[in-house]
Amino acid sequence: MGPDHCLQEPECSGDGPEQNGQPGAARPPRVVETEEDEDEELTLKYGAKHVIMLFVPVTLCMVVVVATIKSVSFFTQKDGQRLIYTPFSEDTDTMGQRALNSILNASIMITVIIVMTLVLVLLYKYRFYKVIQGWLFLASLLMLFSFSFIYLKEVFKTYNLATDYFTVAIIIWNFGVVGMLCIHWTGPLRLQQAYLIMISALMALVFVKYLPEWTGWLILGAISVYDLLAVLCPKGPLRILVETAQERNEPIFPALIYSSTMVWLVNMADTEWPPRRRGVKLGLGDFIFYSMLVGKASATASGDWNTTLACFVAILIGLCLTLLLLAIFKKALPALPISIFFGLVFYFATDNLVQPFMDQLALHQFYI
Amino acid sequence: MTAAVFFGCTFIAFGPAIALFLFTIAREPLRVIFLIAGAFFWLVSLLLASLVWFISVQISNKDSAAQQKGLLIFGVVLSVLLQETFRFAYYKLLKKANEGLLTLSQEETMPISIRQLAYVSGLGFGFMSGAFSVVNILADSVGPGTIGIHGDSQHYFLSSAFMTMAIILLHMFWGVIFFDGCERQRWWAVAAVVVSHLVVSYLPEPAVRGQPGAHLRHPAGDGRLGLPHRRRLPEEPQALPHLQGHRLPACQPPAQITPRGTRSPARARTHTHTHTHTHTRSFPIHLLFKVNVFNLKAAGNSWK
Repeated sequence: MGPDHCLQEPECSGDGPEQNGQPGAARPPRVVETEEDEDEELTLKYGAKHVIMLFVPVTLCMVVVVATIKSVSFFTQKDGQRLIYTPFSEDTDTMGQRALNSILNASIMITVIIVMTLVLVLLYKYRFYKVIQGWLFLASLLMLFSFSFIYLKEVFKTYNLATDYFTVAIIIWNFGVVGMLCIHWTGPLRLQQAYLIMISALMALVFVKYLPEWTGWLILGAISVYDLLAVLCPKGPLRILVETAQERNEPIFPALIYSSTMVWLVNMADTEWPPRRRGVKLGLGDFIFYSMLVGKASATASGDWNTTLACFVAILIGLCLTLLLLAIFKKALPALPISIFFGLVFYFATDNLVQPFMDQLALHQFYI
Repeated sequence: MTAAVFFGCTFIAFGPAIALFLFTIAREPLRVIFLIAGAFFWLVSLLLASLVWFISVQISNKDSAAQQKGLLIFGVVLSVLLQETFRFAYYKLLKKANEGLLTLSQEETMPISIRQLAYVSGLGFGFMSGAFSVVNILADSVGPGTIGIHGDSQHYFLSSAFMTMAIILLHMFWGVIFFDGCERQRWWAVAAVVVSHLVVSYLPEPAVRGQPGAHLRHPAGDGRLGLPHRRRLPEEPQALPHLQGHRLPACQPPAQITPRGTRSPARARTHTHTHTHTHTRSFPIHLLFKVNVFNLKAAGNSWK
């Protein structure tokens, strides 16, 4: 059992990583001349805080994924089932055939993602808000109910806990409904952040399970390149999305973005405006792909924990550098390229170079 | 039982470091960032050292054990030197960044002093070094398995944990001394850090290190501690060494339980064990802590 189609939204449009500290609605005009300098100082002062505000959720998501992979064997078992987006099997006779299959798989997946992103941007641009909302609603419904049910089932199986359907129904119902409320309407900030982390982790686990090995690595590489192009090129779909949202002074769909502060609504311009409650935002797609990388590292590396740790540190440093660039350039930037690049380099380097070295060192009890 | 060993060794290895982190670093975002950056620098230095070692191994004679050993020692020395080089590079980078931040922020004082940076970066190096050394061992200690069942030391996990704790704290101290030496142009301090690092990392075998790490005895085999390694090929099952003195004379008095363990008169406790090593692998700990708390018995004598 398992989903035989891939969920579209989080990884398509969610990999539009908006990281602009959104100022929200129209700022009251009383803040005058020192705005530029204040900006600078606050950027520096709060820059580090923003980095930590993103380190913590990214770390949590990765911890959830790694803990699940290490304990629940379901997510590392290959059932022979694949997503319809990766139809070519990697169980081939020759390496060349496997490479070819994985390249084809990755191309198909990336094409699907590109098409979905374009559709989303077009829908947004021509104000088909209801369609988008319905789409996101269905997607999060699937995540919060179906995927979490499967997850819970597998956890129960792993720990051999016999549970009756009534209890499970109550648990899943409550979990799902509260999740839908928090994500699509309103709820305590921490709860909303927790739910976004959980659905990102679930999505990452789905990818780790259903994407064949080489395909997964290729997709990670390809999607970083796509992210770079989509956000930075003038005609990139994600750039258009961000700019349109800024023109219209609207926040981008909360279901796709992790925000470190509450999103301020348009009508609050009249009331006392807390001057600097800017937070930083990271798209859910970034969470998903970071966690997928670390998840794959913990699932398939021969170096095991060393490789996992190395990828973890690499991704955090990449995120840190990206936020530094954000502080310098002050516009939406892609969050995937630097982190995924570091992550991939460190995965393959640690697995193939560092692990034999560390093995030999441990054999002779050298501590470097 | 294995859970106790796992938690015990984890807290021995990482306890002081985590305490330091929680009480002095966790609340300051800037310090956390520099800690992780320090860990990253250590990782990069390790990567380069492994790359060089790997290349040298590939072009060498793989059958000659002596040559491999020599290459490993070369790798260790190179790794230590690279680590210190990267520490210096990190120092330079932090100096530049600090000056940049100072000019930009128009404040009088730097947001973080160079001393704090020294401490934090040293701890970052330490965390990563300790984690890479011990995390796989800790994962193995969860079990299932029995350490020492094949005659190796039973204290492998414990000594590894203590050694890791020592290394983490040492890295932190080295960071502080190194940065201070660079700040005040006291190059002898810097040299002392490098030399002491070399001494700690490489002490000539076999005099002090004893036998190789028992849990990775065979490169392709399973752990000889009796711990199965999921990621390694299983070894052929071995017949256990025969016990001598099986023939019981008639009317043998039953085994007596004395305070020092079970002594069966009929069973000679001289089963052949081929591993005649001693417990000197804890030598560095003696050296560092100068306390004689370890009462290590020779391996194979304790059949608890």
